[in-house]
Amino acid sequence: MSKAVIAALLERFPDAVTDAYEGVGGDDCAFVAKERIVEVCRHLREVERFDLAPYITAVDYLGMEPRFEVVYNLVSIPRSARVRLRVKVPEGDGCSVPSVTGVWRGADWFERYCYDMYGIRFSGHPDLRRLFMYDEFVGHPLRKDYPLRGRQPLVPERQVDENLRGPGPATRD
Amino acid sequence: MVSELDVVPAITTRREEALTGLQGLVSKGLGWARKYSIFQYPFVTACCGMEYMTVSAARYDLDRFGAMLPRFSPRQADMLMVVGTVNCKQAPILRRIYEQIAEPKWVVAFGVCASSGGFYDNYATVQGIDRIVPVDVYIPGCPPRPEQVIDGIMLLQRKIQDQAHRLVEPRPLPPSGAHEG
Repeated sequence: MSKAVIAALLERFPDAVTDAYEGVGGDDCAFVAKERIVEVCRHLREVERFDLAPYITAVDYLGMEPRFEVVYNLVSIPRSARVRLRVKVPEGDGCSVPSVTGVWRGADWFERYCYDMYGIRFSGHPDLRRLFMYDEFVGHPLRKDYPLRGRQPLVPERQVDENLRGPGPATRD
Repeated sequence: MVSELDVVPAITTRREEALTGLQGLVSKGLGWARKYSIFQYPFVTACCGMEYMTVSAARYDLDRFGAMLPRFSPRQADMLMVVGTVNCKQAPILRRIYEQIAEPKWVVAFGVCASSGGFYDNYATVQGIDRIVPVDVYIPGCPPRPEQVIDGIMLLQRKIQDQAHRLVEPRPLPPSGAHEG
């Protein structure tokens, strides 16, 4: 349905939008260069009438290069169409994406979520804090190299020696 | 606080602590009075809250057991009912609410998440609230049936009846400045 949108994007941003394909659910997807994401999103919002960004999330492809990916799921209510944009983000100093909060205000918490869970920074975000975890939390729990049971309790916890339960505050793996 | 947490929370009747003679009669009377006027503080965090609503509404009606007047201030309650998953971010809140409840106080872990963390063995979930506060009754189930909750409440009432109650607690006042929690 939104193949025309992707085709128009490829035509308009030939150096920023690449590798278009049709995803599993039928959504049309494309990869976008990291530096051009705000420009592409603003074009989608203002010209193509994609007025909702209902879910912006990230993926950690541990072991691949670049390691992270930020996924923008966009919806156009007047056109009843969906588009998915993927932005590859490297690890380290370049682990930062331009924020699209200027395009959709609702992207605010999604970007805070990505920062909280994956440690991806969003340059230009008005208030980049953790969304779910507490400020004392060290690390980013949805990264593949974060230990699954890496609990960081805020109050002292009593140890319970039972084999049917998790180990409590101490990390087991 | 540590010594209080070190007590293994288990369903034990404290008959060995029971008082004798007139004190025993007073203790029985106080126990009878306390077990039928449990004012509870519902600490509802997750989907078990649906079952909690069922059990406190008309069909199952825990008011029949004198145990289901929810007070939304911990200072007016004497039973803390932890309903649902407690994660590490909420643990200080739960701890503080427990400390605000006046003695005598009891804690019920409602559902498997509150009892043991349930299947949330991950980076965020406290593996059972008994790591933070001492628990009197654990009600298993995901979520528990209302019958299980009623059974747990009746178990708690039996426990309260069997505990040693005194008109004046002979506990010395804590030394000043010893409020470190």
